[in-house]
Amino acid sequence: MDLTLKIWRQASATAKGKFVNYKVQDISAEASFLEMLDLLNESLVQKGEEPVAFDHDCREGICGACSLYINGRPHGPDRGITTCQMHMRNFKHGETIVIEPWRAKPFPVIKDLMVDRSAFDEIMQAGGYVSVRTGGVPDANAIPISKRNADLAMDAAACIGCGACVAACKNASAMLFVSAKVSQFALLPQGKLEANERVRKMVARMDELGFGNCTNTYACEAECPKEISAANIARMNREFLVAKITAPKE
Amino acid sequence: MGKTIHYASITKKIVMSLAGLFLTSFLVVHLTINLFVLFDPSREMFNQAAHFMATNPFIQTFQWVLFIGFILHMIFGVVLQIQNWMARPVRYEKKGSSELSYFSKFMIHTGVVVFIFLIIHFANFFVKAKLGEVESITYASGTYEDLGNLIILLFKDGAYVAFYVVAILLLGFHLDHGFQSAFQSLGLNHSRYTPFIKLIGTLFSVLITLGFVAIPLVIYFS
Ligand code: HEM
Ligand code: FES
Repeated sequence: MDLTLKIWRQASATAKGKFVNYKVQDISAEASFLEMLDLLNESLVQKGEEPVAFDHDCREGICGACSLYINGRPHGPDRGITTCQMHMRNFKHGETIVIEPWRAKPFPVIKDLMVDRSAFDEIMQAGGYVSVRTGGVPDANAIPISKRNADLAMDAAACIGCGACVAACKNASAMLFVSAKVSQFALLPQGKLEANERVRKMVARMDELGFGNCTNTYACEAECPKEISAANIARMNREFLVAKITAPKE
Repeated sequence: MGKTIHYASITKKIVMSLAGLFLTSFLVVHLTINLFVLFDPSREMFNQAAHFMATNPFIQTFQWVLFIGFILHMIFGVVLQIQNWMARPVRYEKKGSSELSYFSKFMIHTGVVVFIFLIIHFANFFVKAKLGEVESITYASGTYEDLGNLIILLFKDGAYVAFYVVAILLLGFHLDHGFQSAFQSLGLNHSRYTPFIKLIGTLFSVLITLGFVAIPLVIYFS
C-alpha cells in the first residue's frame, strides 16, 4: 500500500518543530509499524536527509521503549498492543497517517518523535521499591499470599512504563502508571510495610513533576497496551486517603 | 510554590467528590420540593416546604456546609483544570477521543454554566426571599411568603425558561460523569458494583434532568 506520513520533525529539544509530509510506497500489510518507519528512514538516508528519530528497543512489546501518537491514539489503532507490535494491516491504501510524539510537560521532546520519560524514573525513585535486607535466599512460599492478590499484583506489574496513559489522557495525568506501581506493591505483604509512605511520596513527586490530575475519563485504560485497569487508580486513591488519615506527619 | 498552602492532586479530588456528592444529594431535596408546585395548584405545600427549608435550624446549619462545599468544589475544579491545561503545553495535531466517560471532557464547561445559572438563580429567589421582597399568602395552616408565585411568574418568561432548560441539561451532563467519578475518586471501585454505580448515575442524571426541566415547561405551556 502507498501512504502519506505526516510526521513531527524537531531537530533538538530547543529547536522549533514542524510537521513534514513523506510518501512511502509498496508497504506490506504484514510489516510492523516500526518496520515501515525503518523503510522510510532508509530512503531518507539514501537521499542524504536526516532520518526520523523514534524510540524502540525490544520490538516485542515488553520493554516499553516504543511510543508514537498515531492518528490521535497512543500506540495506534489496535487495542492492548504497543507500536512495535502493531501492523500495517490496520491502515488503508492512500491513507494519511499523522505521527506525533507523546505530548506532556514532564515528557519534553528530545528529537523528532523521541521524548524524555525520565519523569517516570523519578516517580519510581520516590518510593517505587521495597526495602529489603539482603542475605540468604528466603524459602519459596514462606509468606502466604492469596491467589486473588497475587493475580491483581501481577496484572498491575504488567505495566511497562511506556507512558501511553499520559499521552492518552486529556490532562496528561500519570495516575494509571503511578497507581499500577503503587498497587503492585500494596497488594503484597512485602510491599505493605512501606505502603503509606510510598503512596504519599510517589503522588507528591508526580504532582511536582507537572503531570495533570485525574478526571476519571478512563482514556488511559482504553489505550494502555497492557490493559492496566483504572481500578488501580481507585486503589491508589484509597491507599492515599488511608495514608493521609492514619500516618503521622513527618 | 514556597510555603503557600499545598494540597495533593488526590486530596483535591477527594474534597471535590465529597462536595459534589453532597451537592447531588441536595438536588434531590430541591427537586422534590419544586415538584410540589406542579402537584398542588394552591402552592400551599410548596410554600410550606420552602418556609421549612428557610427556618429549620438543622437545614440552616447544613446550608452553610453546602455553601462551603460548593465554593471548595468550584475552586478546586478550576485549579485542577488550570493544572491540567498546563500539563500539556503543546497540543496534539490530531485530537484523541479515547475517553470511556464521554461527558468527562466537558466538566469545566458544564460546571461554569451551572455556576452562572446559580448566580442568576440566587438573585431571583434566594436574595429576594432574604430581603423580604416576596408577597405573603395566607392559608388555613398559616401565612407564608409566596415563593411559589415567584416561580410561576418567572416560568412564564420564554427566554428564562429556555435558559433554565439548557442549564439543567448541562447539569445533567455534569452529573452523568460526576456521579460515578466521585465514587472512583473516593477509591470505591469494585468489579461487581462499579458497573451498577455507573448505571445508577446515568439513570439518576436523566431523572433529575427530566424533573427539573418538566416544571418550567409545564408552567410555560399551561
Ligand atoms: C449543583 C452543582 C454541582 C454538582 C451537583 C456537581 C457535581 C460534581 C461531581 C459529583 C463531580 C465528580 C467529582 C469527582 O470526580 O471526584 C464533579 C466534578 C467536577 N465539577 Fe462539579 N458539580 C456542581 C457544580 C460545579 C460547578 C459550579 C463547577 C464550576 C466551576 C464544577 C466543576 C467541576 C469540575 C471541573 C469537575 C471535574 C473535576 C475533575 O475531575 O477534574 N462543578 N462535579
Ligand atoms: S519496542 Fe519494546 S515494547 Fe515496543
